[in-house]
Amino acid sequence: MKPLRPGRIVAFTLLLMGGIVMIMPLLFMLATSLKTSSEVYELHLLPREPTLDNYLEILTRSPFGRWFLVSFSVASLTTASVLFFDSLIGYTLAKFRFRGRTFVFIAIMSTLMIPTEMLVIPWYVMAKSLGWLDTLWGVMFPGMMSGFGVFLMRQFFLGVPDELLDAARMDGLNEFQIFWQVALPLVTPALSALAIFAFLGNWTAFLWPLIVTSSPSLYTVPVGLASLSGEFQTDWEMIMTGSSIATIPTLLVFILLQRNIISGIMLTGLKG
Amino acid sequence: MASVGLRAIRKDFGRTQVIKGIDLDIADQEFVVFVGPSGCGKSTLLRLIAGLEDATSGDILIDGRVVNNVPPKDRNIAMVFQNYALYPHMTVARNMGFGLRAARLPAAEIDQRVTAAARMLGLENLLHRRPGELSGGQRQRVAMGRAIVRDPQVFLFDEPLSNLDAQLRNQVRTEIKKLHQDVRRTAIYVTHDQVEAMTLADRIVLLRDGRVEQVGTPTDLFERPANRFVAGFIGSPAMNFLSATLENGEIVLPWMRLPAGIAGSGAVEIGIRPEDLLAGDAAPEPYRFEALVRVVEPMGSEALLVIAVGGHEFQVRLMGRIHPIAGTRMLFAINPAELHVFDAATGQSMPVVQAR
Repeated sequence: MKPLRPGRIVAFTLLLMGGIVMIMPLLFMLATSLKTSSEVYELHLLPREPTLDNYLEILTRSPFGRWFLVSFSVASLTTASVLFFDSLIGYTLAKFRFRGRTFVFIAIMSTLMIPTEMLVIPWYVMAKSLGWLDTLWGVMFPGMMSGFGVFLMRQFFLGVPDELLDAARMDGLNEFQIFWQVALPLVTPALSALAIFAFLGNWTAFLWPLIVTSSPSLYTVPVGLASLSGEFQTDWEMIMTGSSIATIPTLLVFILLQRNIISGIMLTGLKG
Repeated sequence: MASVGLRAIRKDFGRTQVIKGIDLDIADQEFVVFVGPSGCGKSTLLRLIAGLEDATSGDILIDGRVVNNVPPKDRNIAMVFQNYALYPHMTVARNMGFGLRAARLPAAEIDQRVTAAARMLGLENLLHRRPGELSGGQRQRVAMGRAIVRDPQVFLFDEPLSNLDAQLRNQVRTEIKKLHQDVRRTAIYVTHDQVEAMTLADRIVLLRDGRVEQVGTPTDLFERPANRFVAGFIGSPAMNFLSATLENGEIVLPWMRLPAGIAGSGAVEIGIRPEDLLAGDAAPEPYRFEALVRVVEPMGSEALLVIAVGGHEFQVRLMGRIHPIAGTRMLFAINPAELHVFDAATGQSMPVVQAR
């Protein structure tokens, strides 16, 4: 073991404190989901009589399963769309020279400066005029592409050597095949990162789904859980139970994809 | 069987003219090397032939057919890139067969061609490795294998040796020459290294600033350079240059006069290769002079000297195992048969008529 120098002790202490601050809400969420409703307002971590009744109830007596399905569809479809279009746009911006390239790039980047809260009204007006209100498509469309993803993918594609693309051209691939078979496999770390961001972002999306949906059958998990919070009374144990279940897919996505990010250092295949 | 022809080729990138009108005919099975200093347009010219760039004007002919609008894959050519350009995520076998797969050849035939090429290049044991697990020389050979499997009519090489260390470079250079002799295909090779050009080429195309300076066999360029630039570029160590005046057929140097057999008078520049300055004891009078030996670099069977005379320094390559001693004065002679004279204004070579 390395000798513990004072600097390391300070660093570890700070990290430990940060870690506790991060994990406490999650532990309370899990604890509350195992408590009975009478115990909810007692702020101790270990439930006196742990029970799984809440899980049984939310899965059988509420539309939670339906919300979960909606959320999952929305998150996976938007993620797939983001991965495809953002990488295609990023590749084009990184590897093709055309008039207005810089302008297009700056225009896309500038969308990052506009907060969602400002966009919901134009989105709403747009969805209304196109008849997308209270539809699955209406929930999804704002998340189908992201300026951040385009930026991320472009930066990674810049690192793919032009010679490889030229070699593929000599090998007789068309431009889309070059993108798909040569360039894309070389940026899997970026794709994984983007997949995690996109999935998590859409899985936890609350504001827009809340506005665009009105029928409970189209609620996403966050909107559905919020609807459990009533005017006079809030079923905290139910909300926490739903949240606990909703954490599972995000954990899975992260566990599955993080390996790619860590081990996916781009093999260059070129010199060096 | 394919010849390559260039007709008045020009290429502009925006406002920059990179290729300024090039005409060239390359015969079937010929090994032609494009050589020149960086920025001379040699790589661009190769990319034009490959079809990776479109010429601004002019025609490119392969096998007598104008291919200006033919995509690279249909030009019946293959290219070996400077940085190998192997697909990092594919095995050696897949790398080599990738183009064939794209052309939808049957798997059995792809397999057979890849195996044959691998055997030719000694890559049989590496077929299941990825490029990242190979050494530089092995990667270079895979890159050549990828070109060979396509059985092209023309091979294009873009500085394929520049990333290898000196020893490996000589070895792969020999392999490339052997490969050309085995497969008997037209080859166009780009390099900035005149030694590679001299050793590999049937004919050298020396480019400068988007124009052809001279086309010829290595011997042509070495012995009969068209101008001062060619003379200085080809040959190592480089030719010695010296300003002089021509007076009634005689070249006047500060310390001697040389009969040149060129009529007229005016400013000229003379060029003498380091190996054409000889130890002068036996040489005839008009070509002999005494000089101070400044530096001696013994190299075994020869020595490189720096000598000083009349305020000028020359490089001399002296054959023989007995080397002079620095600081002494000795006699040297100019080999009259290899004296080059250039017009000082235009740099063009002037014919020297020698009275031997």
